Amino acid sequence: MRTIFFLLQKEFKQIFRNRAILVMISVMPVVQLMVLPLAANYEVKNINLCVVDHDHSTTSQKLINKITSSGYFKLTGNASSFHEAFPLMESDAADLILEVPQHFERNLVREDEQKLFVAVNAINGTKANLGGAYLGSIIRDYNREIRLEWNVPGRFNAAPLIDISSSNWFNPLLNYRVFMVPGILAILVTMIGGFLTALNIVKEKEVGTIEQINVTPLRKHHFILGKLIPFWVLGNVVFTLGLLVAWAIYGIVPVGNLIVLYVFVGVYLLAVLGFGLLVSTVCETQQQAMFIMFFFMMIFILMGGLFTPIDSMPEWAKLISRFNPVSYLISVMRMVVLKGSDLYDVRIHLGIVALFAVVLNGWAVLNYKKTS
Amino acid sequence: MKQFLTFVRKEFAHVLRDRKTLLILFGMPVVQILIFGFALTSEVKNSRVLIVDNANDVASRQLLTKIEASQYFEVDRSVMSPLQMEAAFREGEIKMAIVFPANFNEDLLHQNQAHVQIVTDASDPNTATSLTNYVSSIIQDYQASLNQTLSVPLRILPETRFIYNPQLKGVYNYVPGVMALVLMLVCVMMTAVSIVREKETGTMEVLLVSPFKPVLVILSKAVPYLILSLVNVGTILLMSIFVLDLPVAGNLLLLLAESTLFIITCLTLGIFISIKTNSQQVAMLISLMGMLLPTMLFSGFMFPIENMPWPLQIISNIVPSKWYYLIVKAVMIKGLGFSAIWKETLILAGMTLFLFVVSLKNFKIRLA
Repeated sequence: MRTIFFLLQKEFKQIFRNRAILVMISVMPVVQLMVLPLAANYEVKNINLCVVDHDHSTTSQKLINKITSSGYFKLTGNASSFHEAFPLMESDAADLILEVPQHFERNLVREDEQKLFVAVNAINGTKANLGGAYLGSIIRDYNREIRLEWNVPGRFNAAPLIDISSSNWFNPLLNYRVFMVPGILAILVTMIGGFLTALNIVKEKEVGTIEQINVTPLRKHHFILGKLIPFWVLGNVVFTLGLLVAWAIYGIVPVGNLIVLYVFVGVYLLAVLGFGLLVSTVCETQQQAMFIMFFFMMIFILMGGLFTPIDSMPEWAKLISRFNPVSYLISVMRMVVLKGSDLYDVRIHLGIVALFAVVLNGWAVLNYKKTS
Repeated sequence: MKQFLTFVRKEFAHVLRDRKTLLILFGMPVVQILIFGFALTSEVKNSRVLIVDNANDVASRQLLTKIEASQYFEVDRSVMSPLQMEAAFREGEIKMAIVFPANFNEDLLHQNQAHVQIVTDASDPNTATSLTNYVSSIIQDYQASLNQTLSVPLRILPETRFIYNPQLKGVYNYVPGVMALVLMLVCVMMTAVSIVREKETGTMEVLLVSPFKPVLVILSKAVPYLILSLVNVGTILLMSIFVLDLPVAGNLLLLLAESTLFIITCLTLGIFISIKTNSQQVAMLISLMGMLLPTMLFSGFMFPIENMPWPLQIISNIVPSKWYYLIVKAVMIKGLGFSAIWKETLILAGMTLFLFVVSLKNFKIRLA
């Protein structure tokens, strides 16, 4: 016990002596958590629209007005032909070109049916899809208005109608930030915990101080614990800072119990630190450790359900994400913070993460050799 | 010149000796392309949906078959009390519940109006909105099929054409994005560590006392990484063409030249970080933790920059990968020429020059 105490003293001293690292772990997560959720927003608005109106009738004018006043579209150009409008799309000045054919109004009355041409820049499929859908629904609304205005009453029969009422639980205002903040906090905690441990031990190897530790009568598990505990504490500090930022900047107060969060994060950090340890036992240089961590971190983040839902992935990817500790933290964070899930609701997640912790740390201890 | 080549060869040997790092360097773009190309989609599919069918009549069953047939949902039919339903939501078992009231068909036939209730787990607003839209449109379709006999007058039919990417595939957006992301991170990380490591291990002293200009020392470190990064560009392009069926629409040479410029920008940024820091750990933390998330977000390939609040739009301008992403999109996908991207090219070149000058100014020949 006394050995561990001295070891901890040494480790903490080493960490606190390095000012740059301290700033890094206290300021960077806070700044990132303040800024990044503002950037991560799937909402599509300000779609640049270019109009080619061959008709110049009241009907087409009204339609264009309706579209631009919807709030989704910004009229960035008028062109006299599609040919003239296309360069605007090439230069990203227009995301969408709406072309109203000649005699649109006249033919609409005569033929009861008229076409509108819409060209969408579809490089970003999601945006194109949504932009097209918005435009479609505005046109449909407008169509309905025209019908009511122009139509002879009685020509239109009442038809059976299914009335849909929807309610959005847990986040009635559909606030995207509330969803992103816990996810980003999860990533930050993971990065701090994983990188610091991995780099710390490899550094001792590279600089040669690990030899000195190896020749002392220190037990293996003492050494591991001495490395784990300080970073575990730091991880919790970063997590707490993050929760404070979430509350102060975004007004997010966890609906669920804080104790549940801390219990889960406590166990989770052990798993992540174990992973860091494992990486550091495999590597000889800090550069190697960093690249390997980076490699896994990238996969963990991308496949962790932070930006895209795991449910939508193909089966093989879902299988991989079961071995991704980050995906469990992200989902538990969101569950507890937004839905108020309790310890019983997250029991499976907790069990799996605990298993990760045992396996990864065990593997790291086995891999760590006192003789090089 | 001969001296310089010798140094480059030495640096190359250093890089090639480290097999583990090399494996990661070359494996990274491959894995990323695979993940982005096949695993990630912002489309919502296979969501677990709970159906509470209190009616169990003709209309509700017809509607249910339609919902079950859709790939968006994985339907679970069981009757739950509201309390059980909430528990299912809290455990994350279901994303949505659709509740049919008793007498659904009766209401529809005799009162011309029936109700359906949708409850979504809106903790994920994106999924919630998409699911609601999917169900609504299925219900509307069903409703329209009931009304088939009525003809609707005065129809305006929008005809939509998707330019550049008619099938709305994700890769059109992701491949340029991955190039901007991987090159940036890999280049910055590699050079950021390389000089500071010499400082930390003390070999920098040796280099500095040699009769060899410090600038050349730095340049010779950058050359191997430049070549490695070009190999990565090649890998990504080959995978994009042969695995993802996304060919280069524009001039390949132009694309390679622009990529080289971007790589040099990132290498210079790495060198700058390396000169300003004193330990590998700090250099790594800056180049990795400081850059990973911002590059992912500010390149513009995951989240459109024009939707961000204006201060962030301004910040995004200093992220080099944003400009490179625009360039790759223009050349590779739109097939445009240099005239379309000269502005972006100029910005990258300006950034490189600026970083280079600042690095040179800050480079100390003497170690403290």
